[in-house]
Amino acid sequence: MSMVRVDALYKSFGANQVLKGIDLRIQEGEVVSIIGRSGSGKSTLLRCLNQLELHDSGSIEINGKRLDGEAMSARQLSEHVGMIFQSFNLFPHRRVGENVMLAPMVVRGESREAVEPRARALLESVGLGEKFDAWPGQLSGGQQQRVAIARALAMAPKVLLCDEITSALDPELVGEVLRVLEKLAVDGMTLVLVTHEMRFAREVGSRVVFMHQGKIHEQGDAKRVLDDPQTPELKQFLASTR
Amino acid sequence: MLDFLSLLPYWQVFVEGIVTTLWVTVVATLLGLAIAVPFAWLRLEGPRLLSALIGIYVELIRNTPFIVQLFFIYFGLPALDLRLSATSCALIAMTLNLTAYATEIIRAGIQAVPKGQREAARVLGMSPLQSYRHVVLVPALSRIYPALTSQCIIVMLGSAVISQISVEELTYAANFIQSRNFRSFETYIVATLCYLGIAIAMRQSFEYIGRRLFGFLQGEQR
Repeated sequence: MSMVRVDALYKSFGANQVLKGIDLRIQEGEVVSIIGRSGSGKSTLLRCLNQLELHDSGSIEINGKRLDGEAMSARQLSEHVGMIFQSFNLFPHRRVGENVMLAPMVVRGESREAVEPRARALLESVGLGEKFDAWPGQLSGGQQQRVAIARALAMAPKVLLCDEITSALDPELVGEVLRVLEKLAVDGMTLVLVTHEMRFAREVGSRVVFMHQGKIHEQGDAKRVLDDPQTPELKQFLASTR
Repeated sequence: MLDFLSLLPYWQVFVEGIVTTLWVTVVATLLGLAIAVPFAWLRLEGPRLLSALIGIYVELIRNTPFIVQLFFIYFGLPALDLRLSATSCALIAMTLNLTAYATEIIRAGIQAVPKGQREAARVLGMSPLQSYRHVVLVPALSRIYPALTSQCIIVMLGSAVISQISVEELTYAANFIQSRNFRSFETYIVATLCYLGIAIAMRQSFEYIGRRLFGFLQGEQR
């Protein structure tokens, strides 16, 4: 059974058709990088996977559960899919530790005593154990993004979606975030990334999906696709990113 | 010649007036804000009918004079066979008035919170109400806190009007005193200074609460 199964997915914003029939299977433990020009629909596809955008037609199954508009509540969905954003979106009025603990406490009704050791361990695992009581505003961008990862993991999702999570970072801070992701990949987490980090996609990713004008234009094994692109569009795109 | 000594025999009347002004202000402020917080959210995300009703209420209050609202309640409720004391009527009018303005101010604050905050809360599994309560509300309030503070002070100053329906607050006390000793100027100088003092004290209290509530902002402005 696929962890993520997308069939004939269509999505329009007004007259603008952004996704034009996407079919995609992602197996457990796969690290899939979605690449493509801006406007190719890659972020929209990712946002459809956790219902931040509702698709017009087609179907999405995550871990065997079908997402159909209102059929799955935000709470149920959070058991399956976690997400990390380009702009971190940490809650500025909550300390770092509270950012990680908030969802398990509010959504699942867990007690602070039950969540705190787990939150501390998660922060430790992203290298920020000593920042438990800091405010998000006191952290660098790279540190904030690592907290966001710990926060997403606190809900123990099966799939982690990453929407250009290093694009807002200073170049010297990108590495620390990617190292955390790499560790997650090694531990077997299913990752779906929209990314411009070709080196990461090539070395850590198991598969690359190239999107072009709302469709999957080319996909396959990460090294094969990036080293030996078949279509002229992908060749051109890769040339423009070098 | 100014003669403040002629006010001395009436100091108790002043004190009673100040106490009344203070307590009606505190009650109206607490009630008004407590109602405005859910109203602002319902105005934005509630069912369409409820949102529209709140919108009508807000516009009704914001586009009519406070004294007319006060008379409407004071003379209108008995017509409905509801007999309330003048003070109760004043409290209702002041609360209704603050709620309307505060709803609109807090709504602006909610809209100023970046969309990503709500998306992050939603992706973590929170319902819209949980997201408002735990994620959106405090940053929203921090953005409009100065405007909210001023609005509460305006309500305190506006309470001078409730002397018109015989609530014995500070202005009522001043009117009473100057009708006895005929020292209008001195009496109103003292009343003015009292209002000024209360307004400054309120602003200080709000700032103190704000520092407690929005301590995270210091971290934000590294």
